[in-house]
Amino acid sequence: MRRLLAVLPPAATFLALWAAWSYATGPGGLPSYLLPPPGAVARALWSGLADGAFWPHIRFTLTATLSGYLLGSLAAVITGILVAESRLFERFVFPYIVAVQAMPKVALAPLILVWFGFGLASKVVLVGLICFFPLLVNTIGGIRRADPDLIAMARAFSRPGWWIFLHIKLPAAASAIFAGLEIGIVLALIGAVVGEFVASERGVGYLIGSATVNMNVAVMFAGVVVLAAFGVLGSSLIRALQRRVVFWEGARNDLPPAGRT
Amino acid sequence: MSVAPAVAPEPPVLALSDVRFAYRGSEPPILDALTLDVAEGAFVAILGPSGGGKSTLLKLLAGLERPQAGTMTLAGTPIRGPRREIGMVFQKPTLLPWRTVRDNVLLPAAFASRASDAERARADHLIETVGLARAAALYPGALSGGMAQRVGLARMLMHRPQLLLLDEPFSALDAMTRERLSLELQRIWMEERSTALFVTHSIPEALFLADRIVVLAGRPGRILADMEVPLARPRTLDSLGAPDFARLARQLRRLFDDSIAAGDPVR
Repeated sequence: MRRLLAVLPPAATFLALWAAWSYATGPGGLPSYLLPPPGAVARALWSGLADGAFWPHIRFTLTATLSGYLLGSLAAVITGILVAESRLFERFVFPYIVAVQAMPKVALAPLILVWFGFGLASKVVLVGLICFFPLLVNTIGGIRRADPDLIAMARAFSRPGWWIFLHIKLPAAASAIFAGLEIGIVLALIGAVVGEFVASERGVGYLIGSATVNMNVAVMFAGVVVLAAFGVLGSSLIRALQRRVVFWEGARNDLPPAGRT
Repeated sequence: MSVAPAVAPEPPVLALSDVRFAYRGSEPPILDALTLDVAEGAFVAILGPSGGGKSTLLKLLAGLERPQAGTMTLAGTPIRGPRREIGMVFQKPTLLPWRTVRDNVLLPAAFASRASDAERARADHLIETVGLARAAALYPGALSGGMAQRVGLARMLMHRPQLLLLDEPFSALDAMTRERLSLELQRIWMEERSTALFVTHSIPEALFLADRIVVLAGRPGRILADMEVPLARPRTLDSLGAPDFARLARQLRRLFDDSIAAGDPVR
């Protein structure tokens, strides 16, 4: 019952938006080549899913997003640990990390396509690169913000450095790492779609791009809806995982400030 | 404390001689030429205002900082770093929020999944001793401040340390909880019979708990007074009203006033 009540307000907003959209695209409203009526978008989405035309694209985008995301996130956490824990590594690498972080990674897309081809590999690389930095910055910050009093306590009880890292610094960084993972999943999707826009023969980004050429605006919208669904699903999964792993933070929402892209 | 003849000098379990400590680039030093002997099994309160070097002294003894000069020995062996024979309670509870009460008590040894049967039994006994048997499986987020400090007391005792270091452990608690925990600390200490160094800025707390009070003040911190507390044990909350208690408290307070008059930076 309570769940049902929680769903009601957003559902009302949805209906209101749908009505406003229908009205705007109704008789005497916007032409359908600019903004198709919501029913047309829903039909385009349904037929694309039902006749299987969307599925190869969805599979391609999902594969690129997930593999790039996993590789980029793994690399980010490992690099973050090295930077946070090793002064030497930090001195050699950190200035460049700051420099690359300030650069819009999307601008690298054409270069990456030249290097890695028009297939899946270039998208994986772009996705990995784009979700690497926010997670890296969050990992470093999270580890460094571990409570110094807890660390002093553990040292007083003769706990070795690796133990302090494993049982104090890493758990202390967990919520910052999850915040980075949540930003990362959305960015990963952006990376995949940008890669597909620039050059690809598959993917939801390609689908939207080719629909643009044909002025098939309903399919463009349908593609956007698919991407939005991926984004929402991805961040909800990460948040659910976070609640399980970082259980001691309770339902608090005060996540540490996230890194910039 | 014991029936041994008064002339038999027990070798001190803890000996500090000419200890000097300054944080990098800070003058004058926090501690200078500090010499202190503590007899085995004694409960010593280090009493003084904030900034007198009390907490620094405990950090040195815990092996978290190294003195620039002087020697510190525990049972004849120099203190060069953290030691298993030393247990500590901190001003803040410093519990791991992602571990249960039981695991936090086991922290000086190994967490429950890896601990030996003897270690687990010891932890469970200590949790019971501090009255938290029903909270053993809880996470620290569910504990009150007083309960959290009880976990800290149990954790300090995990390795049966020879030397207990208590750094104003009750200072963040309300007055009622403070009194109750002081009583419990006395009971636990009388059971465990370790040597204890208790840092506090509360005169009643020092008098209630200690056999001996060392007043540390000034910058660099020096020992203003070193007095015995000849009150019988176990002490009860009624002891706080005893005439001896009031006389000693007055004496200590006058000492602080004199030290302020002498221009010591006592806050």
